[in-house]
Amino acid sequence: MIRLEKRPQPSRLWTIVTPLLAVVLTMVVGGIMFALLGKPPLEAIRTIFWDPLFHPQFAGYSRPQLLVKAGPLILIAIGLSIGFKAGIWNIGAEGQYIMGAVCGAAVGLAFYPSESVLLFPLMVVAGALGGWAWAMIPAVLKTRFGTNEILVSLMLVYVAENILASASAGWLRSPEGMGFPGSRNFKQWPAVFNDELVANTGMHWGVVAAFIAVIGAYALMARHIQGFNIRLTGEAPRAARFSGVSPVRIVFLCLGISGALAGMAGLFEVTGPAGQITIDFNSGYGFTAIIVAFLGRLHPVGILLAGLLMALTYIGGELAQLMLGLPGASIQLFQGMLLFFLLATDVFTNYRIRFAKGELA
Amino acid sequence: MATLLSIRGLTKAYPGVVANDDVSFDIDKGEIHALLGENGAGKSTLVKMIFGLVKPDAGEMVLDGAAYTPGKPSDARRAGVAMVFQHFSLFEALDVAENVALGMENPPKPRDLARQIREVSETYGLPLDPTRTVGTLSAGERQRVEIIRCLLQNPRLLIMDEPTSVLTPQEVEILFKTLNKLRAEGTSILYISHKLEEIRALCDTASILRRGKNVATIVPRDVTARQMAELMVGASFDTPAARAGEKGEVLLRTDKLSLPAPGAFGTPLREASLEVRAGEVLGIGGVAGNGQDELLMALSGERLAPAGSIFFKGRDVSRTGPIGRRDAGLLSGPEERLGHAAAPNMSLTENAVLTGARREGLVRGGFIDWGKSKGFAEKVIERFDVRTPGPGTAARALSGGNLQKFVVGREILQNPDVFIVNQPTWGVDAAAAAAIRQALLDLAAQGAAIVVISQDLDELMEISDRFAALNEGRLSPARAVSELDIEKIGLMMGGAHDMEVAHVDS
Repeated sequence: MIRLEKRPQPSRLWTIVTPLLAVVLTMVVGGIMFALLGKPPLEAIRTIFWDPLFHPQFAGYSRPQLLVKAGPLILIAIGLSIGFKAGIWNIGAEGQYIMGAVCGAAVGLAFYPSESVLLFPLMVVAGALGGWAWAMIPAVLKTRFGTNEILVSLMLVYVAENILASASAGWLRSPEGMGFPGSRNFKQWPAVFNDELVANTGMHWGVVAAFIAVIGAYALMARHIQGFNIRLTGEAPRAARFSGVSPVRIVFLCLGISGALAGMAGLFEVTGPAGQITIDFNSGYGFTAIIVAFLGRLHPVGILLAGLLMALTYIGGELAQLMLGLPGASIQLFQGMLLFFLLATDVFTNYRIRFAKGELA
Repeated sequence: MATLLSIRGLTKAYPGVVANDDVSFDIDKGEIHALLGENGAGKSTLVKMIFGLVKPDAGEMVLDGAAYTPGKPSDARRAGVAMVFQHFSLFEALDVAENVALGMENPPKPRDLARQIREVSETYGLPLDPTRTVGTLSAGERQRVEIIRCLLQNPRLLIMDEPTSVLTPQEVEILFKTLNKLRAEGTSILYISHKLEEIRALCDTASILRRGKNVATIVPRDVTARQMAELMVGASFDTPAARAGEKGEVLLRTDKLSLPAPGAFGTPLREASLEVRAGEVLGIGGVAGNGQDELLMALSGERLAPAGSIFFKGRDVSRTGPIGRRDAGLLSGPEERLGHAAAPNMSLTENAVLTGARREGLVRGGFIDWGKSKGFAEKVIERFDVRTPGPGTAARALSGGNLQKFVVGREILQNPDVFIVNQPTWGVDAAAAAAIRQALLDLAAQGAAIVVISQDLDELMEISDRFAALNEGRLSPARAVSELDIEKIGLMMGGAHDMEVAHVDS
């Protein structure tokens, strides 16, 4: 008989091992899935994990994409992880990401065609504020009326998508766009174009912000009293109140940070890789970042690595679609498996397996 | 007398600890057999083996001449072994009869069951109305539900785990009458308790466990409580020194403190007034669930009170939160160790920061000085003899008693001017409890004012200068302990109602 036995304290070893184990299990089961789809499993996995970085022909194009994709994922996931540590489940980063992009872009376009160097920083601030404000809606409703932030933040994603649609088709539409939906293209406006800082690396300001966020989050959670209060609230809400932490403040703080970071990510994306506000501007970073946050164990360094890994599966997935004709849905399934196996193996952090002889009743 | 249950060499080991090591004793038919021991001595494990919740590694049990190897609790129940747990497993939203039915293998029809409950409750003098909703019952009444649930199955052996910890003296008396009646009918009772006087009054024999071993089986009437305690801990220990001294100025005062109940089953505070002076210990007794938690939360600042109801050194602190009160010198220790006084998954160092952050200067410029925090945690561990591998250990890995020493020590070492503590020695072994009480008295001797909320009347009588009782959120006027006896205390705890009235109408 197999039994689960609670560990006296969480195992440090397993905290590190479980993400790796989850990746391995995903590869194995993913390989089986690819085999069932009639594709060579080893080649598919190599295409996803290896070719984007080292393929002689494609790597030149796909390698910079790694940071381009990982940047927003890490930036958003860092913000989410802070809330998750406190037990505040912001599922609506996608909406905050959209609102950051829309607000930041709107502020910038209001000054078109200014060449001021202050404009881009102003847009970053506007983007952060846009995401922050969107996250304040669930915060206010939760603290005032006790609503569930999971539902409210999630539903606000769909509101944000509609605002995005109306912006790209209406009030932010490019006057020179011949009536097609979509804003002016920031790539043709050098003063605010968030271009690669070093050619062919994919490194833009959003990636820099993501790295700063990793360091900032580490300092906050490991060293600062506010980070301690956030963790305490998640671990033991009553003990937090006893300590003197105001639960309302923690809700505002956590949703505020995650909203602002998601908004910034949106702004960096719209002024950089995306280039303009379009109706399908958002590509699910806000949701994938949830997986990244958990895959990274809600730890800043873990999130950095998880963000890179997740970006790799995105690029590798596209490559696999192209080269092996794998259906797009199978790649999403593959990413979903990663979270599934992570949560499943997570149990070993707090429990150990005991193999006992069958007990006769 | 014939033997009902014979325990032969029961052994059970868990990783790192032998919970029961070759334990043997006999329970006779129609006797009340006490099981005594410190926390972690192995009482729970032993009882779980008898009740079929845990399988022994070695040893055997013989029940009424036949081998007895219960694989699960329902086997035990079928063999005539019933158990009343310390923590009740009742559904508050259901009524008494429904709760009883849920615990039975084949419950009879509701109407028959209600009749049976009435019969049993009359026969054994346990007043209980089968149609009452459990959420409205007192702790003592809830215990009766559990007892009646057991009695309906006509047990041959009834196991009771710390049954009196939630009862008033009068309720204890009713319970003892019931138990005596059961004994007279030939039912055996295995009675687990910390309260030595109680065991001397009630039990025929007592087996004492120490570190998993059965160190003695004695007749409690023939030995003193102190001798029993020393058998339990395996050493003699100091009882707190009585002290006399001048009482200083009033440090903490509440003036008709009223607060609504925090939740559906909480207790509102109703015009609770108290004052406590420098150098004084005020004991607050009462049956669990009469507003102890609520009073502590109001005094600690977790729940803010209406302006003008709490004064610290003459200053109105009613609207000041826990941090402000702590800064001023008003510290507290809640009853619930895991989850309230301490965060279970966090290390002792982190738990030291939980309340010590500001008074101990563990935070500078918003950043935590982990080195200094670890130092503070180590100081608490050393001064209060907390048994743990080190300050990096998670709070939940400590035994209840050791964690209690840590959370009480953490506050005491911060030199409070006023210290409010709820159940300071709950679940703590005798030697550690004595140490904690002594630390509280020392703190008072240094000029602090102390409020001890406790359900252990012996403890309150031992360390308090004055005593007040909580009853449904009302606080009785405080009386000097020297002029009280157990009868008067019981009346204070019952809100000066007579018992029957209190139960039928409350």
